[in-house]
Amino acid sequence: MAKPKAQSPKSEVQSPKSAPAAPPYHPIAHGLSDDDFKHGKVCTTRWTADARYAWDRGVAIGRYLDGLKQGKLLGVRCAKCARIMIPPRAFCEWCFKPVDGWVELEDTGVVNTFSLCYVTWDVKRVKEPQVPAVIEIDGASRGMGIMHLLGGVDPKKVFCGMKVKAVWKPAAEREGAITDILYWKPL
Amino acid sequence: MGNRVAIVGVGMTKFVRRALETGKELSWLASKMALDSCGMTMDQIGCVALGTAPDTFDGVHMKGEYLSDGAGCWGKPYMRSYVGGGTGVFSVAQGWYHVASGMFDTCLVVCEEKMSTFQPHAQAAFLTIFDHTTERPLKPNLLWIFALEMNRYMTAYGLKKEDIARVAVKNKNNALDHPAAQIAAPVTIEDVLNSEVLAWPVQRLDVSPVSDGAVAVILANESVARRVTDKPVWIEGCGWALDTAYWTNRDLCYSRCVEEAARMAYKMAGVTDPRHQIHVAEPYDPFDYKELQHLEGLMLCGRGEAAQLTADGVTARDGELPVCPSGGLLGVGNPIAAAGLMKVAELFWQLRGEAGKRQIARKATRGVAQAWGDLMQVGTVVVLGV
Amino acid sequence: MALKERINLPGEARTWYGELPVQSLYTAGDAGDRFLKTLKEKDQFMGSPCTACGEVYVPPKLYCEKCMAELKDWIKVGPDGALESWTEVHVGLDGKRLAQAQLVGLIRLDGATTSMVHLLAGAEPNDLCIGMRMTPVMKPAAKREGAITDILHFRPK
Repeated sequence: MAKPKAQSPKSEVQSPKSAPAAPPYHPIAHGLSDDDFKHGKVCTTRWTADARYAWDRGVAIGRYLDGLKQGKLLGVRCAKCARIMIPPRAFCEWCFKPVDGWVELEDTGVVNTFSLCYVTWDVKRVKEPQVPAVIEIDGASRGMGIMHLLGGVDPKKVFCGMKVKAVWKPAAEREGAITDILYWKPL
Repeated sequence: MGNRVAIVGVGMTKFVRRALETGKELSWLASKMALDSCGMTMDQIGCVALGTAPDTFDGVHMKGEYLSDGAGCWGKPYMRSYVGGGTGVFSVAQGWYHVASGMFDTCLVVCEEKMSTFQPHAQAAFLTIFDHTTERPLKPNLLWIFALEMNRYMTAYGLKKEDIARVAVKNKNNALDHPAAQIAAPVTIEDVLNSEVLAWPVQRLDVSPVSDGAVAVILANESVARRVTDKPVWIEGCGWALDTAYWTNRDLCYSRCVEEAARMAYKMAGVTDPRHQIHVAEPYDPFDYKELQHLEGLMLCGRGEAAQLTADGVTARDGELPVCPSGGLLGVGNPIAAAGLMKVAELFWQLRGEAGKRQIARKATRGVAQAWGDLMQVGTVVVLGV
Repeated sequence: MALKERINLPGEARTWYGELPVQSLYTAGDAGDRFLKTLKEKDQFMGSPCTACGEVYVPPKLYCEKCMAELKDWIKVGPDGALESWTEVHVGLDGKRLAQAQLVGLIRLDGATTSMVHLLAGAEPNDLCIGMRMTPVMKPAAKREGAITDILHFRPK
């Protein structure tokens, strides 16, 4: 560990009026504060992109989504490397050839890793953590996981290696989306 | 392999949370400083290699072309490269083959990022790296990937948070001696462990900041290098490699792509025993645990051993293998592409013995800089030597 | 056989809708800030000359893009200038016809060697010709905000 440098000359870092004792010797860039923006001290322009897309689902993911609507998790299999993969793909990226067929997997799996997340995607704080996890799906090859959320469990009790099962939306409400699985709960 | 290529000059701006300067102006400040550092002018520059991460940060589409005037591209062959977080180190490899091929005598390499433009927080820009159909509907967060990796890494090797916090402490303290640093601070392990939990196990002080900044380096072939400096720093090897795009199918405890990139660079550099032949390292440290993972990927220690190395002081500035003597991304700041190039700049100063207060204690004639990124799947490595 | 599969029924080819939530806040930069503030507060256009390259950049820059020298001296330019080119735009960003066609021009201010793009008004397309003299129409001083839109448009002089 580095030696503690509590007495380190921090002031020298912040106001390098005398030449600093290490390179780069004259780094420039004018830092701005929130105040500079609020009080219009700097000239700014605001812009919001109107970027809307219609992504084609594609062959492999299309069928994956159709499977979700029916309450099934589908994977694909490559005969050459003998992997059963999820998320499904049209071609095996290892063997660089078309995959050889579909396999219905279990809707259970094992938590490979998880996090307790107190910040939303747009950087807002939340009180109760979300529990994103990589879940290795039963029936697929080892290490084949998907990203999803855990629920119905005390976040403090989640552990790597925990067995979990998908909690599905009612069939009538499913729309062929990854969110047709509401979350994964301990098995 | 090809002509010998040296780094002969470097320049960098301060890294700040929000810069008054536009991206063009930041690029120019760094480029100008690099030219001045070795007494060169634009008419001696053959081509420009520009590295800059997603257009989304700066909010400028075709950002390479936008930045080009500040990066000295006017009237010159120019190429932008982009491999996410790996860009800063990759851009040196890109500049290297421009010169090594014999096509150009010199190349100006410029990396810039102005992340503060993205509102309200640059992190939200990362939402769009997730698969739009199978992942984005879950409203993921960039922190998820890192937190999931970190938890896996800790679980696989039985590490505690404090084992990892030592990296943040080392780097933020090292950065106190870096005049361009954004978040240097004399923090302790307790500070890291008591900082706000963002996505457990990731806490505030485990993470590098959002930054604006630019760095530039000048590459030259041997005959030019010998003329403009008596201390050229040679690019002995470079390498880059990708892992699968399906990040949930990857081994999250180990960066295989970094190992593959390192093997490529070491082979070119004639490095057969990295633990003894590499004297100083600047691995990519956007999060503290990443430095540990990358030391292992760079084969500077065995898998799961990097935390012990850090605890033993081996990676301190006065240790046997100084790691991130600059202060790294955790201390100096993380303007994505520029942060990677900052690491190369640091090795330049360290290997020339010019790092001033940051100069490492041991004698060093060879160092490695490494970055990582894209969809968390690219490793980029450069080996420098004197 | 995934790759060998075909989507035969048009109804099976479905799309997934989404957007990229991008909001940007740009600073005008070191040179841009000075340029816009001088225009806002003093009604004065400024340019930055590079004597070595013979350029006078308007809007001004911190540096000469040709020789990368720092441009320290600023000079007054304009406000009048010459119309270098113009166009009449009938289609908007959304691809739809505009209710009112928009005139856009490239204007080189007196003393500048570079042109800037802005809106034109106060003229019929038939009246415009390349090389004609133009003058800026500014927002009332109280309403200016330090943006390029503080210039409402250029009109023939």
